[in-house]
Amino acid sequence: MADVPSDAPEHCPGTSSVEAGKTSACQGCPNQRICASGAARTPDPAIEEIKQKMASVKHKILVLSGKGGVGKSTFSAQLVYGLASDTSTEVALLDVDICGPSIPKMMGLEGEQVVDYSLCSLFQYVEDNLAVMSIGFLLSSPDDAVIWRGPKKNGMIKQFLRDVDWGELDYLIVDTPPGTSDEHLSVVQYLSGAGVDGAIIITTPQELSLQDVRKEIGFCRKVKLPIIGVVENMSGFVCPKCKNTSQIFPPTTGGAEKMCSDMQLPLLGQVPLDPRIGKSCDEGRSFLSLEAESPAAAAFSSIIQSEFMCNQTVL
Amino acid sequence: VAVGILDVDLCGPSIPRMLCVGRQDVHQCDAGWVPVYTDAQKSLALMSIGFLLENPDDAVVWRGPKKTALIGQFVSDVAWGELDFLLVDTPPGTSDEHLAVVENLRKHKVDGAILVTTPQAVSTGDVRREITFCKKTGLRILGIVENMSGFVCPHCSECSNIFSKGGGEELAKLSGSPFLGCIPLDPQLSTSVEEGKDFIQAFPESATFSAISHIAQAVLANIAAA
Repeated sequence: MADVPSDAPEHCPGTSSVEAGKTSACQGCPNQRICASGAARTPDPAIEEIKQKMASVKHKILVLSGKGGVGKSTFSAQLVYGLASDTSTEVALLDVDICGPSIPKMMGLEGEQVVDYSLCSLFQYVEDNLAVMSIGFLLSSPDDAVIWRGPKKNGMIKQFLRDVDWGELDYLIVDTPPGTSDEHLSVVQYLSGAGVDGAIIITTPQELSLQDVRKEIGFCRKVKLPIIGVVENMSGFVCPKCKNTSQIFPPTTGGAEKMCSDMQLPLLGQVPLDPRIGKSCDEGRSFLSLEAESPAAAAFSSIIQSEFMCNQTVL
Repeated sequence: VAVGILDVDLCGPSIPRMLCVGRQDVHQCDAGWVPVYTDAQKSLALMSIGFLLENPDDAVVWRGPKKTALIGQFVSDVAWGELDFLLVDTPPGTSDEHLAVVENLRKHKVDGAILVTTPQAVSTGDVRREITFCKKTGLRILGIVENMSGFVCPHCSECSNIFSKGGGEELAKLSGSPFLGCIPLDPQLSTSVEEGKDFIQAFPESATFSAISHIAQAVLANIAAA
């Protein structure tokens, strides 16, 4: 990676990091003094290059969660299926979950042949107007693990954003791993010139999830990323036999509804649990299309069409 | 039995809430940082970044090297005392946190890893990569747990496989790892962990407790057999 010098120690944070020269790993590095003075930290030229590349992309939206397993990638998949259902809308889904790239499977692209190892081959098309990009397409076996530390992941993300010809897009949706770390900082940093419309944050009703969503909101505010709104997933389950509703993940502290009210953020919608969602994702098919009459599909569709998808964002 | 839990999910530390220890300060003693105990008998010792935050809602927005450094400190500077077991709870992935834990614990004996998946292919797909991580880093796999495995409706007892079924067991077969068992979706378990209550004390008759207990026995047997 360009900003880890060849004489840097292990765990070098990178010369353009705000922690350059200051971490415990920097002790004894010949570049420490320069890094600590901030002289090495010039604005990354990639930011301007990405701004140029993204000039033809109208809307860029990040999908975030605090916690893992809340259905973020599932939501990202349904979001792009929904947006691309209008064949005149050009949509791309960028998967920056480098260690756990599940988007190819969810979009029915698992096992797609990579023609060559150039970045253009990382673009795979679901439909003419729906493209997906994921490191998953570079992995030749489903057992391959991407065991990378932060700086290497950051380098990959920079390449994704800078070295790809994104073309004319109405929507670029970026699916992230859970958390507030390298991937999130890098995406925000590298898109800082191009501008991001905002973030959609996914949660379940549980306080354990909301606790991490509040941190995610803190992250967004810290990096000045507007928040489009919050989606509450796994919001109740209707038994197919007796039709009674169970709260499998009980909203012990009021769920996303109360949190959004307290934090003055839009609650974009609540999606119930439905076994057919997971089944569709495992099969790489659009739940929205397959089960259009279901309450969960109606919830997804309503979120996608929500007025908040049209640029009304809250900081 | 004295047990410690080291929570290395620095961005999303859930252990403090799950074990009902909320706002606790971490103190220093001569031997290092004193872990937070859940009871007077000191049978369960915890360490989490959650205890180091001024405000529980504070985001930890750190890149890899800083996370690696703190995890190193958690391993070397916490005065765990005499423990029978130290469990390390990790975030999803195969990145800085996981490498930091493996590298820092390498000089101590690590019995192995328990891998948790839901039954869905999308989840087992990621756990396959986790298995590779274990193999590459020399971590023995103690077994695979299939979590969120089926939901029994409390009204009519109909079982719904909300996140599919059987994927964990299939993965265990495919990878030659022990299959430890299935844990069902259980609103009582969800509520207990939300409120930091001891689920095992509150619901000893439940199928969920039986499943967890069976898994714990299997893990102990695997460790003893090593």
